[in-house]
Amino acid sequence: MSDISYWDIVRNLFDGLLWTLGLSLTAFVLGGCAGLLVLFARIAKHPLPRRLALGYIEVFQGTPLLMQLFIIFFGSSLLGLEVSPWLAAALGLTLFTSAYLGEIWRGCVESVPKGQWEASASLALTHFEQMRHVILPQALRIAIAPSVGFSVQVVKGTAVTSIIGFVELTKTGSMLANATYQPFMVFGLVALGYFALCYPLSAYSRYLERNIHGSRAH
Amino acid sequence: MAYAFDFSSVLEYREALLAGTVKTLGLTAVGAVCGLAIGIFGAVSRAWRLAPFDRIFTAYVELIRNTPFLVQLFFIFFGLPSLGVQINEWQAAILAMVVNLGAYSTEIIRAGIEATPRGQIEAAQSLAMSRAQLFRHVVLPPALLKVWPSLCSQVVIVMLGSSVCSQIAAEELTFAANFIQSRNFRAFETYFIVTGIYFLLAIAVRQAMIQAGQRLIARRAR
Repeated sequence: MSDISYWDIVRNLFDGLLWTLGLSLTAFVLGGCAGLLVLFARIAKHPLPRRLALGYIEVFQGTPLLMQLFIIFFGSSLLGLEVSPWLAAALGLTLFTSAYLGEIWRGCVESVPKGQWEASASLALTHFEQMRHVILPQALRIAIAPSVGFSVQVVKGTAVTSIIGFVELTKTGSMLANATYQPFMVFGLVALGYFALCYPLSAYSRYLERNIHGSRAH
Repeated sequence: MAYAFDFSSVLEYREALLAGTVKTLGLTAVGAVCGLAIGIFGAVSRAWRLAPFDRIFTAYVELIRNTPFLVQLFFIFFGLPSLGVQINEWQAAILAMVVNLGAYSTEIIRAGIEATPRGQIEAAQSLAMSRAQLFRHVVLPPALLKVWPSLCSQVVIVMLGSSVCSQIAAEELTFAANFIQSRNFRAFETYFIVTGIYFLLAIAVRQAMIQAGQRLIARRAR
């Protein structure tokens, strides 16, 4: 039927998986850095950065990721920039990730007891020092489980970048399905690849959630 | 080389935009109703350990929550016909949305069911209620009420995710956007406007669901 062997399919899909992994890591790391900025803006004393951050979060959470990618992809060409699918995908997912992580982390920061703010303020720490030495270290502990949980959404989000032409796992799968006429097997393997990336993250996130709640009781 | 924006060339296609919006809302409505029904059944199976459904639903939830919606859609649309199941793009899109939302709502509603106070169940049992009556009248309404905000968010997420259904040629809102920009060559303006429509839809769907929750559940839960 075709001269593409089973081994060829698996090998090509594995290459695609590595691109998916690379894009996920890039988006998560850069998105985490940008998310920290969103967090700082979201809990700032001045209302202007707070409102801007809220608007930013609502736009990215209230519109499809696919549309965000299209706008970045086509908008940048209006600015006269030649943007590759890889760059558009990385930028789009980074912004998307930063909005979600910023909001998740805000919840974590706000769950740190108010007395911690007051105590550190009474020691004449500046807002930044309070965050750096008192609040963030405590918030970090709470933030790990939901952040790991969200990383699953980032990995799954990378699938959408196949639509703007970035060749990762899903795109590789589509091309192989067209070439081999075996979509059931190919997309089954693609799903398996995502599952292999996501399931450990989901399970780890659940484990962390249980452990943090467990240790707090003692 | 200043670029002159031209949004009016998009609005010439408002009929296509409207048709796409209606289809996206229709997909979301069917997906939400059927997905929540599966979610209620899956949640009670898991929370009350009804064999063999508890195991089946555990596997189903893990499988769906750890794979992308786009891949689920491709698997259904391209994969099932090779097993001899004939399926068109709308059936595939609806099936994928129902299956996806079913898995997420199973997890969400299960949390609500497990938070039922023990005393409520004991009180209902002392009134000689059957298990089915107990579930329908005592457990389910407060459980749904507790997790309703999460369910609203999930339905909105699934609606936004449905934009990838354009990839199997289901003519929903994103498909309309692709069609329009292939005609007027105004990709940025087209996607900008359609993104705005999605944003408004997200707000409207959330509000509609909150209202529906108050009408349908809140009264029964008290």
